[in-house]
Amino acid sequence: MDLMSLTAVELGKKIKEKEVSVEEAVRAALKAIEEKEDAVNSFVTVDEEGALARARQVQEKIDAGELTGPLAGVPVAIKDNMCTEGLLTTCSSKILYNFLPTYSAEAVKKLEGAGAVIIGKTNMDEFAMGSTTETSAYGTTKNPWNTAHVPGGSSGGSCAAVAAEEVPFALGSDTGGSIRQPSSFCGVTGIKPTYGTVSRYGLIAYGSSLDQIGPIAKDVTDCATILETIASYDTKDSTSVKREDYHFTDALKDDVKGLKIGIPRDYFGDGLDAEVKDAVLGVAEKLKEKGAAVEEFNLGLVKYAIPAYYVIACAEASSNLARFDGVKYGYRAAEYEGLHNMYKKSRSEGFGAEVKRRIMLGSFVLSSGYYDAYYLKALRAKALIKKAFDDAFAKYDVILAPAAPTTAPKIGESLSNPIQMYLGDIYTISANLAGLPGISFPCGTDSKGLPIGAQLLGNCFEEKTIIRAAYSFEQTREYKHSPMAGKGDR
Amino acid sequence: MKQYETVIGLEVHVELATKTKIFCACSTAFGGAPNTHTCPVCTGQPGSLPVLNKQVVEYAVAVGLATNCTITQYSKFDRKNYFYPDNPQNYQISQLYLPICRNGYVEIETPNGKKNVRIHEIHMEEDAGKLVHDEWEDVSIVDYNRSGVPLIEIVSEPDMRSADEVIAYLETLRQTIQYLGASDCKLNEGSMRADVNLSVREVGAKTFGTRTEMKNLNSFKAIAHAIEGERARQIELLEMGRSVIQETRRWDDNKESSHAMRSKEDAQDYRYFPEPDLVPIVISDEWIASIKAKQPELRAQKLERYKKQYDIPEYDAKILTESKHMADIFEAATAICNKPKKVSNWLMVETMRLLKEHDMDAADIHFSPVHLAKLIDLIDAGTINAGVGKTVFEMIFEEDVDPEHYIEEHGLKSMNDEGEIRATIEAVLRENEQAVADYRSGKEKAFGSLVGQTMKATKGKANPALVNKILKELL
Repeated sequence: MDLMSLTAVELGKKIKEKEVSVEEAVRAALKAIEEKEDAVNSFVTVDEEGALARARQVQEKIDAGELTGPLAGVPVAIKDNMCTEGLLTTCSSKILYNFLPTYSAEAVKKLEGAGAVIIGKTNMDEFAMGSTTETSAYGTTKNPWNTAHVPGGSSGGSCAAVAAEEVPFALGSDTGGSIRQPSSFCGVTGIKPTYGTVSRYGLIAYGSSLDQIGPIAKDVTDCATILETIASYDTKDSTSVKREDYHFTDALKDDVKGLKIGIPRDYFGDGLDAEVKDAVLGVAEKLKEKGAAVEEFNLGLVKYAIPAYYVIACAEASSNLARFDGVKYGYRAAEYEGLHNMYKKSRSEGFGAEVKRRIMLGSFVLSSGYYDAYYLKALRAKALIKKAFDDAFAKYDVILAPAAPTTAPKIGESLSNPIQMYLGDIYTISANLAGLPGISFPCGTDSKGLPIGAQLLGNCFEEKTIIRAAYSFEQTREYKHSPMAGKGDR
Repeated sequence: MKQYETVIGLEVHVELATKTKIFCACSTAFGGAPNTHTCPVCTGQPGSLPVLNKQVVEYAVAVGLATNCTITQYSKFDRKNYFYPDNPQNYQISQLYLPICRNGYVEIETPNGKKNVRIHEIHMEEDAGKLVHDEWEDVSIVDYNRSGVPLIEIVSEPDMRSADEVIAYLETLRQTIQYLGASDCKLNEGSMRADVNLSVREVGAKTFGTRTEMKNLNSFKAIAHAIEGERARQIELLEMGRSVIQETRRWDDNKESSHAMRSKEDAQDYRYFPEPDLVPIVISDEWIASIKAKQPELRAQKLERYKKQYDIPEYDAKILTESKHMADIFEAATAICNKPKKVSNWLMVETMRLLKEHDMDAADIHFSPVHLAKLIDLIDAGTINAGVGKTVFEMIFEEDVDPEHYIEEHGLKSMNDEGEIRATIEAVLRENEQAVADYRSGKEKAFGSLVGQTMKATKGKANPALVNKILKELL
């Protein structure tokens, strides 16, 4: 049996029941990585030694009855923008090629506390800027369904690692769709929680007001379980929210009777691939059969989401990325004359093209004379978009949408036209602007054999509602393993 | 020459006296080994996030209330973006759009009477680290111990017209903030820093002239000199038919002159925007009321109380309350010995003299009020005489010695034994026959000389009252 073909919760159960040891689980992950990395390139760093050492510690705690949770002993991969103490954390950028954090991100600590074993750090678009994982300084990650295609981004490494069954689950981060879009491209499930649910402490910021960490796994049960583990009120993160209810797994019920589903007409018009449209609307049909009420409506303001998002995210990024200057850590140019030249050369050589583009864009919109026209206007658009969703959620419990307009494009197709690439974020970015939770899950396959993802959005703090709806749909469909999954010991 | 008026506004940075930094739990203590009071937050490590220290808000509000400001009940932090190695994130967390306090004023005393200097705003921000340039190795080293130390910046309106007014304003601010316990406000250690914005215009002119900003002013003396110098420089330019350039100038204390640092054209675009890692600060009426309720006695109240409670004249009370530290010593010593007039006297005369002699501030006094109280009691009990008392006080002032031990160790106790004094005087009389004769022939002055000789023979320790008495008997 290929242990990596199991879900995290299934594997955790076998470990708990002593059917499988933690070391066996970790070795299975390391073996899968060894066999598949050449083809997929999901990882920037694999920590074989650390994972095996940790496996022994976790096994001891399980044996002593100190670790009883569902994720104890389960291998996990962490997106390379979350700090891991003493373990290389690069953001897939040359500028952090040698960066060893002195502390671990709060979400990582939560996972470690639950006994999950970190196998390594996954590839991503540099500093999470991109939709394809092609902007990484450490090579492109390939889609496990077809290695000529991208896995999506920016959490492409995490999604590909799960789809290729190198690890049972992974953490990703979502600033404008970076968990949900690659989940849909790779045929896996991912949740972007309500802003403030998972601590951002230790997440290397891209757009601080939009970033959220979330789970990526094979199914909804795993995602709810992982979210329950990593969500917390953290006093180290001022934007962290103290929630009343963290019991997301309570929502794993096959029951959508009376659930009101809104389908925004604005999301199903021009630009949406016909096969994707049919598959997503198929989700509505299935849920309707189970007793949900489905209605179309006009969300409005959709065309303002992309410009508002890119202005806000890039403005924050231009400031967040200022600290990478060659002074304290990371890459410093080999030769320079004086301070200014050191900054200039270190940053010119250390950052990739897409990151530079967004820093320049962000610096421009914050410049004196442009701040009101761009940044303030974008903030106003953001507030209006939030209002549009408030109105929608007054009528509907969940909103059904595609996760992306198309299935995964071919490698090399997207970067030549950044504007086109930005437009691909149309269905995901609004959730970040409005702070909403969203779940992306597989709902079909296109004629090329590539997975199609659907997305359910909920009102703030309504993760349980979208988890219940996605779980209900999941019961109507078998999980489809990617072709690469079969290469293990099956 | 035309008559010119100087127009001055101040930007005053004050380091707040919190135990921990503004956005992390690191110590603000001065003088630790480099980079020991640091953590991921104050060294700008990737992924770290700021968390606001509530005490900073309380101090800022307290200063705002004491300077008659309106408190901004929905306040925010903004990022000020600029690259420099002492600034680990390459942005400073500050306040631009919604500063915590606005529209206040401070009343100052000028030779022409009382005057209000308006405060435009007070905002909170973080301090930067310290950059050390090693000329030998041709490298620069950064110490982030100071990075994240909380500051408030108090921005005045251009309401001051002379160096005297500026000093009066700064003294008043310093006094108020020290009384609040919000900062020790030491200019020489940098816990209070003032940038001077200055322009000149013809008397009667309706509009302001072009201003310059002067930085690096580390003492009241430097501030006064810089103002005089800059006023003269600007007037000279105008008299020559040239114009003043809007620029930032750096004061050089050694050269007693300033030089241009950067002009308005080189001014950076700080690309301010709201800090997304911090939530807005919402200050309720209740919170403001509780800060008000906690407000300690300020100077004006203290001054009135001293006059009433201790029956101390206005002039003395003013000197005693000028520095909170001095007032604290006064009250503590008085509480022990219950002799306010005598405590006041030691502080007003000897302490002030020694401060002047050592070029020190009242804030620098480091002796224990217990020792002063003890000294007063020792003199009153006749254990030592007043002359020895002065010497002992100098030691208290300088080294904070315990007067009891010091007197013991140095054998300074008064000589109170009548027989011993009598024997000494008899010897003095024998050796000074001329003086004795002078006195007996009616020269009163000779008596003093004989007292002096006796004191000298006893190394100043003889009880002066006994000396007088016995000497009169023997003569």
